[in-house]
Amino acid sequence: MSTPVLELRNVVKTYRVKQGLFGKPKPLKAVNDVSITLQKGEVLGLVGESGCGKSTLAKILLGLEATTEGSVLVDGEEIGEQNRLALARRIQPIFQDPYSSLNPRKTIADIVSLPLRVHNIGDAKSREKSLRETLELVGLPSRVLNTYPSQMSGGQRQRVAIARALIMHPEIVICDEPTSALDVSVQSQILNLLNDLRAEFGLTYLFISHDLAVVEHLATRVAVMYLGRIVEEADVADLFEAPRHPYSRALLNSVLTPDPSQGVPDTQLGAAYPNPIDPPSGCHFHPRCPFAQDHCKTTAPRPVPRKGGHVECHLHDPEGPMYRPDFTV
Amino acid sequence: MNDMTKPLLSVRGLTLDIPMSNGTLHAVRALDFDLHRGETLCIVGESGSGKSLTSLAVIGLLEKNIRRNATQMNFDGTDLLTASKKQMRALRGNRIAMIFQEPMTSLNPAYTIGDQLIEALRLHKNVSREKARNRAIELLEKVGITAAASRLGQYPHQLSGGLRQRVVIAMALMCEPELIIADEPTTALDVTIQAQILSLLVDLTREMDVAMILITHDLGVVARVADKVGVMYAGELVESGPAADVFGKPLHPYTRGLLRCIPQPGKTERGAALGTIPGIVPSLIGDVKGCAFRTRCPHAVEACRDAIPERGEPPHKFLCVHPDGARAAEGEPA
Repeated sequence: MSTPVLELRNVVKTYRVKQGLFGKPKPLKAVNDVSITLQKGEVLGLVGESGCGKSTLAKILLGLEATTEGSVLVDGEEIGEQNRLALARRIQPIFQDPYSSLNPRKTIADIVSLPLRVHNIGDAKSREKSLRETLELVGLPSRVLNTYPSQMSGGQRQRVAIARALIMHPEIVICDEPTSALDVSVQSQILNLLNDLRAEFGLTYLFISHDLAVVEHLATRVAVMYLGRIVEEADVADLFEAPRHPYSRALLNSVLTPDPSQGVPDTQLGAAYPNPIDPPSGCHFHPRCPFAQDHCKTTAPRPVPRKGGHVECHLHDPEGPMYRPDFTV
Repeated sequence: MNDMTKPLLSVRGLTLDIPMSNGTLHAVRALDFDLHRGETLCIVGESGSGKSLTSLAVIGLLEKNIRRNATQMNFDGTDLLTASKKQMRALRGNRIAMIFQEPMTSLNPAYTIGDQLIEALRLHKNVSREKARNRAIELLEKVGITAAASRLGQYPHQLSGGLRQRVVIAMALMCEPELIIADEPTTALDVTIQAQILSLLVDLTREMDVAMILITHDLGVVARVADKVGVMYAGELVESGPAADVFGKPLHPYTRGLLRCIPQPGKTERGAALGTIPGIVPSLIGDVKGCAFRTRCPHAVEACRDAIPERGEPPHKFLCVHPDGARAAEGEPA
């Protein structure tokens, strides 16, 4: 296999959180020993509940947060050794809210071409050319060049955000909930656009979303995150057709397809999401897991291979005491 | 469910106009709907379709500049059009309860959960503090909150988003309402919590025979929760009917368009292009005539500029010039 375009090796991000006014700071492992490899052209869907560390991971990849341990490699090169500017040329973000991610005082032309000026690429004429090309690419007419974000609809704004990310010809685009703030009819246009751009330019996406139907549609691989760890990762078909981790299953069950013959599903996730400062012992998921046994409370599961990826669950560990090869959830 | 009984809420010809500097914005136009006891009506639509304004019009919480007109707006014998402010205050939070999207905005951060739950009941009913407190504990347990008695002393910020929304639901139930209006109650929550909150609402409304108007943009939520569906576009109810009919045989081109926009696991091919609805919602300022969807509809004809007939066999109704809602033109079975 060729060098992965993006690789995370045992990445850990620990924050120190103060408990109360005079409390001693406690460590909070927002990202706990995460390893991911992404080949060129892949779309990794990252799913999980709020607070699971998805956005921290995105910030690390964008160079907005340093890792506490472990390394991030782009094309085999560690990004700690590259400067921020070099990294930004290769990894660009698209954020959730196109209302707050665009400067309201700047014109669309200013916003989209700013990366070129920051990185000192080309002269005024070539910048103008790539500006027009990029806008055309995302389906915006050139008459919007001198308008302001407030004059545009939500879908148009998200197109501006995509144009701003693409004008640098990045290899990797981090999409953090790119369509959650949009209406469904606009969401489908943006998803189609992202899909077309990927095919055309061989882009690699890290696609963070809470909408599993959207992730299933767009992603080629899926990573399920729980309390800072990737508890299951697999090719999209393998994960959606045969989820191995009980948490993946609960997430998939909670997808509400527009089928009126079915009621609201029972996710069987009784307890609430745990406090990440004080994570449960053993397997972090055990308090909410319908299959938990005593072994889960004491011992953390290790990653074991599964079809198309890996899973962290005692039920799937052939060397563990709870192994059940027939177990499909 | 029984059509023979009188509806709990009956709305006819609801029209909401907002005066703007450049003309009048016709935000909601000629809306009709009925809701019976124990029934759940989901109103689905995109931003700006007027779905939230419709619910605020029912409970009389519209901004002062919005003009409300209707031929009928009746809640169990009370005429909501002529009801005084005092009468409306007596209804709200009592016989008609509300649940909004963001639980933090419906809870007062400076008071404990207990104070707020108890006040909700004692404001409308003459009961002792102790009785109110017991009812609060009972309802917190009912909405699935453990250690309910000890939660009463907690403040909203000490609870997670899912727990806060459960408290808001418990508060809505304090006075045993007959109608609950829930405006995007799960939009701010995680999918796993969303499923829990929705099944809680469905179970409680069934158990207590409460009617519910649920406003949402999420077709998945509608399909799983609704008895009746109303699809709103640009201020009009373009299609309405029993959930199984609207999803099984969507008649309005907009409803079908919406359903094609969302990826449906098992139905949509992974990575294939999703359906789109080109264009944007038209301005509703000034004279609004004909079908508002015609600028985005693939089946628009000259006649769409004129008044649009109501079609369909009740209770499944839709607004379209095409007798079959152009289903045949899209190769759908009639």
